[in-house]
Amino acid sequence: MTATTRTTGSADTAAVRRAISSTPRPPRPGRLSAALVFGWRGMLKVKHVPEQLLDVTVTPVMFLLLFTYLFGGAIAGSTSAYLDYTLPGLLVMSVLFTTVYSGISLNTDLTKGVVDRFRSLPIWRPAPLLGSLLGDSVRYVIAGTVIIVVGVALGFRPDGGFTGAVAALALVVVFSFGLSWVFSVLGLLLRSPNAVMNAGFMAIFPLTFLSNVFVDPTTLPGPLEAFVDVNPISVLATASRSLMAGEPDVVAVVVSLAVAAGLAAVFLPLTTRLYRSR
Amino acid sequence: MTTQTPLAIEASGLGKSFGTTRAVDGVDLAVPAGTIYGVLGPNGAGKTTTIRMLATLIPPDAGSARVLGHDVVREADAVRELVSLTGQLASVDEELTGRENLVLLGRLLGYSRAAARTRADELLDAFDIAEAAGRLVKHYSGGMRRRLDIAASIVVTPRLMFLDEPTTGLDPRSRNQVWEIVRALVAEGTTILLCTQYLEEADQLADGLAVIDRGRVIAEGTPGNLKASVGTGSLQVRLLDPGRRDEAADLLERAVGPVVLEPDPAALSAVGADAERAAIAVAGLATAGIPLAHFSLQQPSLDEVFLALTGHAADEPSPTADTLQEHAS
Ligand SMILES: Nc1ncnc2c1ncn2[C@@H]1O[C@H](COP(=O)(O)OP(=O)(O)OP(=O)(O)O)[C@@H](O)[C@H]1O
Ligand SMILES: [Mg+2]
Repeated sequence: MTATTRTTGSADTAAVRRAISSTPRPPRPGRLSAALVFGWRGMLKVKHVPEQLLDVTVTPVMFLLLFTYLFGGAIAGSTSAYLDYTLPGLLVMSVLFTTVYSGISLNTDLTKGVVDRFRSLPIWRPAPLLGSLLGDSVRYVIAGTVIIVVGVALGFRPDGGFTGAVAALALVVVFSFGLSWVFSVLGLLLRSPNAVMNAGFMAIFPLTFLSNVFVDPTTLPGPLEAFVDVNPISVLATASRSLMAGEPDVVAVVVSLAVAAGLAAVFLPLTTRLYRSR
Repeated sequence: MTTQTPLAIEASGLGKSFGTTRAVDGVDLAVPAGTIYGVLGPNGAGKTTTIRMLATLIPPDAGSARVLGHDVVREADAVRELVSLTGQLASVDEELTGRENLVLLGRLLGYSRAAARTRADELLDAFDIAEAAGRLVKHYSGGMRRRLDIAASIVVTPRLMFLDEPTTGLDPRSRNQVWEIVRALVAEGTTILLCTQYLEEADQLADGLAVIDRGRVIAEGTPGNLKASVGTGSLQVRLLDPGRRDEAADLLERAVGPVVLEPDPAALSAVGADAERAAIAVAGLATAGIPLAHFSLQQPSLDEVFLALTGHAADEPSPTADTLQEHAS
């Protein structure tokens, strides 16, 4: 820092001044388009680091193979019979597990300075969160599609056909979108991505295993059966199974959607508040 | 407070605690529009927290502030329309490319896809990052990242810009580039609030200056009168011939002030040198035929400023501060 040395920068001052002065302010973007821009940001990240998609592709396939061949024979008598029962449930499980990653990636994001910039922009406040969850929904669709495709390769033939499978996938993705707001709250409250992961899986693991995803609840002891029956994950698995079977269980479908809407109604405003004040 | 120029920032009694830490403890600021205002302070003084309150990122828990006429709490959205923030942590997305960062912001500010791309390219060219436009920002050098960060702040030219330690960790060339950009911004009418730990940076850029320590403004004025109150820097000289040091010391003592003989047998420095007296002294040495290996005019360091203003070093616990221009007490 000697006062006698003078280096000149190479940024072209005239060009800088031109760039500064040439900016009429465009009108503010709409709410949805701001959110979609954040969704696009999520996609760009996947484009730069495609390995990110390993979580959502490898893990479900592992579960599928593990459950079908390890437990299938014991639980349902044959692997193909078990596949019919369990695949719609595995679809639920693998997509729900993916929602935990939404909380983890939000938490990681918050440690970066760029969040300060987003929060200092004159945009609709929930846009960054809504957008990244919309982007994450693409991951949910991928996770679900992988499960269905691998299931079909292993001999799964749903009676509801292609339409049934797509309807089930759509329902599960919509439910996950509602649930992901819960994990966003965790992502905003907890200190590290690891803490989010632990808390998230600690909640979702028991809920998934204490549901009818893997076993028929009538085989369970009374109190446990009662819990499994009211567990929303059971309801969602039932709905998914009924759609795949081509005989939609309207009550289960409606209850699943209502639960998703309820979760979003409670946790979306909470997320927005926490995001603002963090 | 009855100045002619409108104020871009008016803060009074601004305060913020984190748990038991009083990060900002009653800060008053009056920043005239169209100027660069420096906030100078050591680590942990509360600079970033002050900026975050003014940029509507966190609400103050005491006092109030108006930015460009709008209250930072009640009219936060109106403030956000007019300001932009270049934070201390790079406020760009490291996992995207430079170009994607700028297009993203352009889209968020309301440009169409095509207009956002055009604007991004224009900025990338002007800020000398065009050749790295397609690379992920995490692979950028510190200087490039800072320039991108500033470019991201002016996708739409803000009326007021917050710059939090924009040159910390940059080499002299990158630092000068950033300074050029800052000067260009002001020339185009943007007001800048600049936080820094470097007195030299404040001296180079700022029109007005507040020194903060432990969440309080302890002095304010222009960089010039601040330095005057601190005492000027020192002229450091290294001779080619150590044998002539005594002769040089006599000469410097007459031209500048008290001379300190350094451990290096060829080096000495004279305290209290301003640029003019230093020039005369150096010319005097040359006239006397004493050859120099090197000389420099050292600015008073932030430490010296703090010592002079507070009677304690920047990182020492304070005795009751005995300030020259005391404000908060
Ligand atoms: N989110 C936070 N939670 C807890 N303490 C905080 C938080 N932000 C700042 N602080 C504390 O408030 C004080 C002021 O911090 P601030 O970041 O404003 O200082 P600064 O002047 O910007 O320092 P630096 O030069 O190191 O950036 C510090 O003691 C810091 O530890
Ligand atoms: Mg800081």
